[in-house]
Amino acid sequence: MDFIYNPVLDHVLLVVAETVAVLVPVLLLMAYATYWERKALGAFQLRKGPNRVGPFGVLQPFADAIKLLMKETIIPSGANRVLFLMAPAITFVLACMAWAVIPTFDGGAVADINVGILYLFAISSLGVYGVVIAGWASNSRYAFLGAMRSAAQMVSYEVSIGFVLVSVLLCAGSLNLNEIVRAQSHVWFFIPLFPMFVVFLVSMLAETNRAPFDLPEGESELVAGFFVEYSAMAFALFYLGEYTNMIMMSALASILFLGGWQAPFGLTFIPGVFWLLLKICIFMFFYFWVRATFPRYRYDQLMRLGWKVFLPLSLLYLVLTAGFLEAFGLVPGAAT
Amino acid sequence: MSEQRGPDVNRWNPAWRLIMAELLGGMWITLRYFFKAKATINYPYEKGPLGPRFKGEHALRRYPNGEERCIACKLCEAICPAYAITIEAEPREDGSRRTTRYDIDMTKCIYCGLCEEACPVDAIVEGPNFEFAAETREELMYNKEKLLANGDRWESEIAARLELDAPYR
Repeated sequence: MDFIYNPVLDHVLLVVAETVAVLVPVLLLMAYATYWERKALGAFQLRKGPNRVGPFGVLQPFADAIKLLMKETIIPSGANRVLFLMAPAITFVLACMAWAVIPTFDGGAVADINVGILYLFAISSLGVYGVVIAGWASNSRYAFLGAMRSAAQMVSYEVSIGFVLVSVLLCAGSLNLNEIVRAQSHVWFFIPLFPMFVVFLVSMLAETNRAPFDLPEGESELVAGFFVEYSAMAFALFYLGEYTNMIMMSALASILFLGGWQAPFGLTFIPGVFWLLLKICIFMFFYFWVRATFPRYRYDQLMRLGWKVFLPLSLLYLVLTAGFLEAFGLVPGAAT
Repeated sequence: MSEQRGPDVNRWNPAWRLIMAELLGGMWITLRYFFKAKATINYPYEKGPLGPRFKGEHALRRYPNGEERCIACKLCEAICPAYAITIEAEPREDGSRRTTRYDIDMTKCIYCGLCEEACPVDAIVEGPNFEFAAETREELMYNKEKLLANGDRWESEIAARLELDAPYR
């Protein structure tokens, strides 16, 4: 029975258990995000949305999953097989990896590391690789154009997201996501940093390639963009990755601006997980709401918004924040 | 400039754009629609209204005494623009002229309704039924038997529709 008390094995088992405890709800949430998106878009367009499979259509995600699993993954003859199959895996794995540092309650994260936000930023930057590799490996014009657009778009908007993160870090005084949430015990950051909150909201749409910035998959001109050639489970992995990324960005927005697991109005008897989930759901609804409202941006407008509006705006506000904190001696950690 | 709708503001005014008034206005409109009653009809359980002139599946009618109306004049066959109708006829034992064969190829039919317009005895009609999709092509080659069965099945509705439409004929 000695192996049960093996400290190394115990640690590994604990990490595995924690990972499962985080990823299973995330994947379930992701499955239901597709359902809620279809329901919400239906409601915005005076339709009912899926309501055939199970009561109110709640089993729709499983029906879709079974359909995708049953289908054949077609690999185009001109495609680079290895990269073609690797790209969706990269996208999905990266989307899941990001969840390691998301705190679900006070001190609760699979890896409560001190550079949590840098880790998140690095992972979301790597997300471009999945898209670019998919576009290149497909050996298709549409996919390639979609991937080019996607790469440019994600890189552009990461710059302004970076500045948003820096101004949050200035206010919180830590790179640890738990510390950032704790720093919001008095006031949630979306109030003092409101312009940055808006910039982050819009950039997060662009970062996850969602409407109105869904140029990489713009149906009207690129058919489906970087994943035109994908089918069945490989396609499903891109889809999973996209929705997991959406949920991840929603969680990040809640942590940075809406106080993560902090309860509003002193309602602390309800656990933090609930509040984080509620805030994630609010941001997910925002995603669907925006998708139902705005037409797709033109590519040059997208670039103009990123580089000529958001970048100067976030830079200016960053300088203002830093100046304000310095002038009033409010820089966290410097108060001695 | 052309006419301007909505509040009297310069939409390109930087302040107006900074508060994203247009975008928020758009989102307000979609949010209102989100809570509106849905326009969807739950099709197999709820159905939309059909006009009395709706041209659906064909049927051959009978007189109230059970005698079939069709007199094999072949006007419908002649007028059919899609050549979907095939009729063969010969005198019956009692000397009356009847069809021995009355086929409609439903895959050719364009549902123009000219057959029912041409019929002098209101025998061939297009009924209210539109749910006759089939899994094989053969099932859509209707013969006289099938058409008469349709007539028996839908007679009450067909009669009501003809009644409703009569004032306009």
